[in-house]
Amino acid sequence: MTETTASAGKLKKTAGTQATLENGVHAVFLLCGVLAIGFVLCISVYLIIAGIPAIHKIGFIKFITGTKWMPTATTTEPSFGILPFILTSIYGTAGAMAIGIPVGLLTALFLTKAAPKRLSSVIRSAVELLAGIPSVVYGLVGMIVLVPLIAKLFRISSGATLFAAILVLSIMVLPSIINVSATALDAVPQEYESASLALGATKTETYFRVSLPAAKSGVAASIVLGIGRAIGEAMAIIMVSGNVANMPGLLKSVRFMTTAIASEMSYAAVGSLQREALFSIGLILFLFIMMINAILNLMIKRKKV
Amino acid sequence: MSTILDVEKLNLWYGDHHALKDINVEIPKNRITALIGPSGCGKSTFLKTLNRMNDLVAGVKIEGDVLYNGQNIYDPSVDVTWIRKQIGMVFQKANPFPMSIYDNIAYGPRTHGIRSRVRLDEIVERTLRDAAIWEEVKDRLKKPALGLSGGQQQRLCIARALAVEPDILLMDESTSALDPISTGKIEELAQQLKEKYTVVMVTHNMQQAARISDECAFFLLGELVEFSATDKMFSTPTDKRTEDYITGRFG
Ligand SMILES: Nc1ncnc2c1ncn2[C@@H]1O[C@H](COP(=O)(O)OP(=O)(O)OP(=O)(O)O)[C@@H](O)[C@H]1O
Ligand SMILES: [Mg+2]
Repeated sequence: MTETTASAGKLKKTAGTQATLENGVHAVFLLCGVLAIGFVLCISVYLIIAGIPAIHKIGFIKFITGTKWMPTATTTEPSFGILPFILTSIYGTAGAMAIGIPVGLLTALFLTKAAPKRLSSVIRSAVELLAGIPSVVYGLVGMIVLVPLIAKLFRISSGATLFAAILVLSIMVLPSIINVSATALDAVPQEYESASLALGATKTETYFRVSLPAAKSGVAASIVLGIGRAIGEAMAIIMVSGNVANMPGLLKSVRFMTTAIASEMSYAAVGSLQREALFSIGLILFLFIMMINAILNLMIKRKKV
Repeated sequence: MSTILDVEKLNLWYGDHHALKDINVEIPKNRITALIGPSGCGKSTFLKTLNRMNDLVAGVKIEGDVLYNGQNIYDPSVDVTWIRKQIGMVFQKANPFPMSIYDNIAYGPRTHGIRSRVRLDEIVERTLRDAAIWEEVKDRLKKPALGLSGGQQQRLCIARALAVEPDILLMDESTSALDPISTGKIEELAQQLKEKYTVVMVTHNMQQAARISDECAFFLLGELVEFSATDKMFSTPTDKRTEDYITGRFG
């Protein structure tokens, strides 16, 4: 008897502590959520505040269409045109995707449909490893292997070019393209493929005309993810692209939006227009990435309908 | 009456499971052959050996011959895509592609090289009419096929199979998801088809087998127990097990 009451009392007590605990955990969750949103808001607001003045002083059109970036010129008027950076970022990303999309999609198709199970799992873990390698390591390998190779191959004095950056970026976007589209391809019901084969289509025809279209929203998401990764990368490409503010050319040394910020911020004098202009580049880059995210969200929403 | 498919000593294993045991049967041309038997006895498995769809199952082992017009379809030199074009199939579960109704039908002909819009239009209309679904979908050919009801999807799959003009049509319980009216239309279609095609159909519905098939095969636990003219099987079955099954004493 006494034992029962004792345990009942204990039960009540645990229920009480449990409720407090539950409330506490909820509060922590809420705090984390608010913090995350707070950070995003802070960064956006800060970027806008820090990025506007230079754009205002230089003039928006002049800023984004100017082809000369000479922020510290002394003998002539300093010039703040970031078109070279914008174009380099766009060309670099487009080039990386031109290589990364076909290679990534073919790999994903191979892994999910054609490869023997064992081989597929080995390659999949290798791809996951690729995703985990720090970007500075990509840069190092590119600098030591790729850059000299390009110099030799094209007989140019320095191999640190847009081309080298494109190759490094295309390898860096592979993991997101492969992983996300492989997941989408895995989810394609087998019945679709059986139906196609039963109509006398070959396996290859089936993969390209049935499996891939059936996985198209996942494939599209993987591509947008890859674009986001490529356009935001700085470390790896600063080491292989030569970092000169040229208008882009495949075999020219170039500077990206990201690498412009990363390489000049350390010596731009506080309060100078140069420093302000770097923040403006950040703002423009931020807008690009917001646009890509908006496209991604739109696609995910479309998938649900 | 000539034989179009001659199955000789066919054995099939899924891993260790012996799913088809020594099947010998001659399927006549321009006839409807029904396959009956309790669930799990190997009807679908047998049907899929006739167009080599079982090749796709991992760990399957197949022995014996299936002669299609005298040619062994399991011969290594045979082009399996050609076999599957000649011997079409409608699956037990409706499986339209996630594309428009039109593209579902046009998929097969396009695969086999038909590009002309006019011809594709003609094929789409004719096969949809044949499958008794044209009236229901003619105004929404560009709409996704997955928006159709289950029964409509199954008829669409039948139309899709007809679109590549097969020689033999294998149907796996193609009417089990349909209402009596569509079922009647499909049965009528099967009757018309046998003038040009040969039909092999799995059915759980004894009345249906009796009503439309010319020949009937009764499977039990992976064995072909009895194969004879439908009238004969339903009036005077030779095997006790067949009699028990069709009179509903088990299964
Ligand atoms: N892919 C597979 N792997 C392993 N075993 C299988 C596979 N497909 C079928 N089987 C087995 O083979 C046997 C025959 O299956 P099958 O699908 O041919 O039966 P069925 O006669 O069509 O049955 P139902 O009337 O329920 O459709 C069953 O015991 C089943 O479990
Ligand atoms: Mg079955």
